[in-house]
Amino acid sequence: MEHIVIIGNGIAGITAARHIRKKSDKKITVISAENKYFFSRTALMYVYMGHMKFEHTQPYEDWFWKKNKINLKEGFVEKVNTNNKTLVFTSGETLTYDKLIIAVGSKPNKFGWSGQDLEGVTGMYSKQDLEKIETLAPNAMVCKRAVIVGGGLIGIELAEMLRSRNIPVTFLVRENSFWDMVLPSGESQMINNHIKEHHIDLRLGANLKEILPDENGKARAVVIAETGEEIACDFVGLTAGVSPNINFLKESGIAIGRGVKVNKFLETNIPDVYAIGDCAEQQEPVNGRRPIEAVWYTGRIMGETVAQTISGTKTAYQPGHWFNSAKFLDIEYQTYGWVHGLGGKPDYEEQFHWKHPQKNSCVTLAYHKETNQFLGINTFGIRMRHEVFNRWLNEKKSIDYVIENLREANFDPEFYSGFEPFIKKAFFHLSKTLQK
Amino acid sequence: MNKIEHNMSVTAGYFPVLSAKQKISLLIGISGLFLLLLSLFNIEMPNTMSWLIISLLMLIAGISWYGFESYKGLPKGIKNNGVWFRSLTNKGVLGWITAVFLTLFYIVLYFYPQYLGFQESGDNTGLIALFDPLSKLLNGNPASQWFVYGTLYTIAIFSFGIKFIFKYRHNRYEVIRTISVMFFQTAFAFLIPEIMARLNSTLPYTDLKNLWPLAYYNFEQYRVDGYLNSGTIGLALLIFGLVATFIITPILTYKYGKRWYCSWVCGCGGLAETAGDPFRHLSSKKRSAWKLERWLIHAVLVFVVLMTSAVVYSYLGEDSSKYWLTKDTFLIGVALFITIVFALFFIFKRNELKKDARYGAIGAFVIIVGLLLLHFSTGNTLFFIPAETLKKAYGFLIGAIFSGVIGVGFYPLLGSRAWCRFGCPMAAMMGIQQRLFSKFRITTNGGQCISCGNCSTYCEMGIDVRAYAQKGQNIVRASCVGCGICSAVCPRGVLKLENGSPENRINSNDILLGNEIDLLSLTTKK
Repeated sequence: MEHIVIIGNGIAGITAARHIRKKSDKKITVISAENKYFFSRTALMYVYMGHMKFEHTQPYEDWFWKKNKINLKEGFVEKVNTNNKTLVFTSGETLTYDKLIIAVGSKPNKFGWSGQDLEGVTGMYSKQDLEKIETLAPNAMVCKRAVIVGGGLIGIELAEMLRSRNIPVTFLVRENSFWDMVLPSGESQMINNHIKEHHIDLRLGANLKEILPDENGKARAVVIAETGEEIACDFVGLTAGVSPNINFLKESGIAIGRGVKVNKFLETNIPDVYAIGDCAEQQEPVNGRRPIEAVWYTGRIMGETVAQTISGTKTAYQPGHWFNSAKFLDIEYQTYGWVHGLGGKPDYEEQFHWKHPQKNSCVTLAYHKETNQFLGINTFGIRMRHEVFNRWLNEKKSIDYVIENLREANFDPEFYSGFEPFIKKAFFHLSKTLQK
Repeated sequence: MNKIEHNMSVTAGYFPVLSAKQKISLLIGISGLFLLLLSLFNIEMPNTMSWLIISLLMLIAGISWYGFESYKGLPKGIKNNGVWFRSLTNKGVLGWITAVFLTLFYIVLYFYPQYLGFQESGDNTGLIALFDPLSKLLNGNPASQWFVYGTLYTIAIFSFGIKFIFKYRHNRYEVIRTISVMFFQTAFAFLIPEIMARLNSTLPYTDLKNLWPLAYYNFEQYRVDGYLNSGTIGLALLIFGLVATFIITPILTYKYGKRWYCSWVCGCGGLAETAGDPFRHLSSKKRSAWKLERWLIHAVLVFVVLMTSAVVYSYLGEDSSKYWLTKDTFLIGVALFITIVFALFFIFKRNELKKDARYGAIGAFVIIVGLLLLHFSTGNTLFFIPAETLKKAYGFLIGAIFSGVIGVGFYPLLGSRAWCRFGCPMAAMMGIQQRLFSKFRITTNGGQCISCGNCSTYCEMGIDVRAYAQKGQNIVRASCVGCGICSAVCPRGVLKLENGSPENRINSNDILLGNEIDLLSLTTKK
């Protein structure tokens, strides 16, 4: 029986395992050094905040794996020997495979800051990181101040976590406005204000110079590069993005760049070795997507796709229109299609921005300057239907059509007063003014 | 770092700090409760009415003010910080104390009301006597233990409802729904029946929204006689009881799902959604719990149908002198009705039932109709057991132990909806319809789900919402009461309660959006 071995039990690896099982009787082994059972990484923050217990982050009950004959192996793979198809674990154990799927995910970025490996400094990615944070910052008595370095999605989540235990937080953001490489300025500024509303000490345009140790080698303060200011703290969170966790592959002969290089069938340069999820680097990205996307659903789709190929239906990875979502403290964010911030905004992209005068609700719609084709939408504090925007993007609807029919796409709970009439009015008022 | 601090991080890294105003509000609320308890010792109170009003107002003010202070000044949004760290809400000491206290209260209330001061004959004493003036004011009679219970119950829904509204003030669905349960409890369960009793003394106590089979006693002889002896209004109420169960309920459940009742109108649901809200996450999400739920709740439904048939049968006449319905026509009618309902389900919805559901349905049908037929061959003791025994068994096991002692007493241990999920025959009846003939569903939003599990954790009915959402499948479950909290706590805007076309309700999206090709059809092709 063919033995499929999957390194990594995140959403990509587990989806691959489940779908291979649906289609075949192959022997499947999933390896993890983090936790025996699959859990949702995105929910780790809720465990610290007391919204959930760790067991609630596990989407399948423990009996599921045995019932579906998916073997779970705990261990850390140190070396991949592709010549004799063998994995070597740090424990010295070995495991042979017929087909190998690499789904090892990411690790937090560290940019060579002085003091980045001190005690009291951690990223926020794995279950082990969470346990470290629980020890270092259990409450405001032990952790009198925390400093978070890097203003992305994980950074703001870590800030929310620490604030849930009333720990004072200083949040260093390199950009001049929160996440402004991705978000248009109106949105980015609304989030700046919301961060401050949560009593987070937001420092924009601030880079980390170094982390200073105390006499025991534990972080005691950070220094800001621009001002030289020293901020005393008991905990430093490094959240300046993530990158593929692929050091163990360096001598394997598997081609790596920033991630594991794969073609559109998710195959590496070595036969019978595939890579999926956060650690895969697409050599021919499609639909305006980046080569590496550390996003939940792309991991899931890659898992579904590689399962098809391994079960005999060779299938290309074809993610559809870009979409994503996040939550910035209390503000929900969804995006469909492409709306650019400062980073890589094309010349033809025009944007219409509407913000509610008081509430934390706003939308930005992007459209083509010449053809008026709708390109994408960002929404804050308003839920929208994925299915509808997917259809409109496929049908290349015009911006006027989208504005006119925005209500159809609304996904807010019942009885919510929709803002569509205001958005419509503002848009057509603006376009009239422009015509004059 | 010293040792103590490290210890705290493991067990209780989270200490909610009470503000001065919260402390004062707690003081007021607990003093109000204390005054009530004091009356148990038969202390002569100068003027009972004032004492009662003062203590009840203190209760209401304390709870609602505490709720207001808990969320005041915080940005609008989900307020679940520390839920799993707190003793009260994570089965700690406070949780157990509360559970024991509530359970004992229910045992005394149901089985030993004399300890509360209830006197079968003669003047009430203690707590019950304290409520006498209010009872006399509303319905003209001295209080009973049920009047005391009803008043406290209404106060609980009302005050904790205010707290709930502050907590979810960003969510209009939750606010409106809560105002609805507060209204139905105060007006329909509390005020109207008392006033009706005052206006018409032969009329049985009637909570118009408490429908059969939840109100299993609705068609017992003393009630039916009471209705029939009260003229047009009595007859109207009797007919309304029948129409509400057999016509209005199916129509509303078809249009809106069972939520129109369970989380908008029902008193049990009202208490669960307000006072029970802090415990909603304690419901079991295990598949084994779901299995138990399906057998148990439908068994109670079968039990209540049999019991009610037997009770009604026992007092109907052999001929049509007293009631126009005779024993035989009634039995044939019940058998015919159940056969028709069963036949319709099997003809139209056979394929939507899983194997165990089919066995269960056939079993239930055979038991009910079999026993009814058996009666014709053997003669007069329907079901071999006297109706009175059946009635007593149901009232004791289901009416008192299950819905009261376990249903509410175990809030801090089993979550707030244990009765609604495992025992309520009304929920069972509407659940079958919701699963098979209804426009209601929870829609999932394309490929946005990140499997975080907030929805499943906070589902009071123990539905593993995430299992559906992460597959892009709509949630169509018999047990869903439509409280809307899964949708509220979802950080990615994935869930929406909707009434839509029954077509394609269950698998509206076969593929998870985000992928260009239809992977699922490839998967199912094999």
